[in-house]
Amino acid sequence: MMGIDWQPLWLTFKLAGITTILLLLIGLPIAWWLANTRSRIKPVAEALISLPIILPPSVLGFYLLLSFSPNGFPGRFFSDYLDISLVFSFTGLVVGSIIYSLPFMVQPLQAGFEGLPGSLTEASYTLGRTRFQTLFRVLLPNIRPALLTGMVLSFAHTIGEFGLVLMIGGNIPGETRVVSIAIYHEVESLNYATAHLYSGILLVLAFTILLTIYLVNKRLVKTF
Amino acid sequence: MIQIRVRKSLLMAEGKTDLVVDFNLAKGSFCTLYGKSGAGKTTILKILAGLVQPDEGFIAVNGQTWLDTVKKINLPPQQRQIGFVFQDYALFPNMTVRENLQYALNGKPAKHGIDNLLERAELQHLAHRKPATLSGGQQQRVALMRALVRQPQILLLDEPLSALDLEMRQALQTEIYSLHQSFNTTTLLVSHQLSEIYRLSDYIISLEGGKIISQGTPAAVFGQDRLSSKIQLIGEVLSIRENGVVFVLDILVGNHIIKTVATKDETEGLQPGDQVKVFAKAFNPIVQKISVS
Repeated sequence: MMGIDWQPLWLTFKLAGITTILLLLIGLPIAWWLANTRSRIKPVAEALISLPIILPPSVLGFYLLLSFSPNGFPGRFFSDYLDISLVFSFTGLVVGSIIYSLPFMVQPLQAGFEGLPGSLTEASYTLGRTRFQTLFRVLLPNIRPALLTGMVLSFAHTIGEFGLVLMIGGNIPGETRVVSIAIYHEVESLNYATAHLYSGILLVLAFTILLTIYLVNKRLVKTF
Repeated sequence: MIQIRVRKSLLMAEGKTDLVVDFNLAKGSFCTLYGKSGAGKTTILKILAGLVQPDEGFIAVNGQTWLDTVKKINLPPQQRQIGFVFQDYALFPNMTVRENLQYALNGKPAKHGIDNLLERAELQHLAHRKPATLSGGQQQRVALMRALVRQPQILLLDEPLSALDLEMRQALQTEIYSLHQSFNTTTLLVSHQLSEIYRLSDYIISLEGGKIISQGTPAAVFGQDRLSSKIQLIGEVLSIRENGVVFVLDILVGNHIIKTVATKDETEGLQPGDQVKVFAKAFNPIVQKISVS
C-alpha cells in the first residue's frame, strides 16, 4: 500500500479543474446566447452541444483523434502555430474534455437564464445599465444554483471520462494516465489492491460531490 | 412634448394585427392607455422604452429624437430617460431594497438621494431587506422609487396596481399622482381600471386591436354619448339577481356598493365584471353637507 502512485489522482483533478474553469468561460456566453436568441440555427447549435450526452465516448474520441492528428486541421493548426501536439498530450485531453463536458455546463446555465423573467434584463437596461453589467450584477447572481450545478457536473463528468481519454490520450504516466485509465491498467496487471483504492476514492468522491450539490442547492434556493 | 408615431406588426392570439399609433402628449401630462388585453398597450410602452423595435416610426421626447427609422436614429434603452415600472415589478432578487435603488444610480450621485426616496416611500426600515420578503404593495413602492432614481423624463407604468387589493391600490394611486407632480415627469399608465383612470389621468388613449379608437379627457372618452343625466357614476357590476319581475344589480362604485333595480332588457348582455354607467335622470340628487363631528 505504501508504493501507491498518487499521480493519476492528481492528474485527474488537474484535468477536471482546468476543464471546469475553461468551460465556465466558454459555456457562459454560449448558454446566454442560447437563452436569448430567436435564431433559426438555435436547434442545430443545441443538438451539436448535446451530442456528447448520447454519443459513445469512443465515437467522439475517434473523430477527435482524427482531427487532432497532424493531418487534421485543428491538429495542424495547434502544432504549426502554437507548437502544441493535441494527440497523446495533456493539452489534447483538456480540449477533448471541454467538448465532452460542454453540455453539462451549458444546459444548466441555459435553463437558469431561461428561468429568469425577461423583465429583469429589461429593467436593468431601463436603469441605464449595459448588457455586461446586467449579466454580471443581475443575471449571474440570480442563477447561482445553476452555476454551481454546471460547474460540479462538468467537474464530475470530466473525472468520469474513460473512452475519450483512451482514444486521444492513451496511457502515458504523468501526461495522460488519469485515474480511470490507471484503474483499467491496474486491473489488467492484476493489481487489484491499487485498483480497489483508486475505485474506492472515486466512489466516495462522486457521492460526496453529488450530495454537496443537492444540499447546497436546497439552501441556495431557499435564500431567494 | 412627446411625439410618437409607430407601426409594428404583432402576432397576437387572434392572429396578425398591425399596431399603428400616432399621438402627441403635452409635457407633464398624465396619460392612460386603456383597452382590452392584446390591444397593444404594453407594446407601446416597450417601444417608447426602446425594449421593442417597431417596424417603422418616429419618437421624439422634449425636442430630442429617440427613434427615427427613416434617419436610422435609434437610442438604446439605456440612453432614453425613462422610468419603467413592470407589471411583475422586476425587482432584482439578489439585491436589498437599497441596492435595487442604488443600482439605478450607475455610479452617479443621486440628485434627490437614495435616502430621500426611501423616506418618501416609507421604506427606510425595509432598506436592508430582500424584495422577496416584502408585501406586494411594498414591492410596488420599491419598483416605483427605483424607476424615479434617474429623474426620468417619462414614467412608464405597466398595470402597476393590478395585483394589489383595493385599499392598497387606492393608497398607491395617491402616491403615484403626487410623485408624478413632484418629479415633474410625463406619465404613461397602462390600466383598465376605470376608477383608477378617472382619478389619475388627464388624458386617455383608448386602444382596440392595435389602433387608437378614441382619445381625450376621461369624460370626453367615456361619456361620449353625452347623457343629459343629473348624476353619473362609473362602476363595476358585482352581481345580477332575478327578483320577481325585476333584476337586482349590485354595482361597485369606488369603495361603495350600490344596489339598484333594472328591467330584463337593461340587464341583457350584462354580466358580473362589466363596467357600467349608473345615472339618475328624473330627479335631482339631494346634496347635504356631512357634519364633521
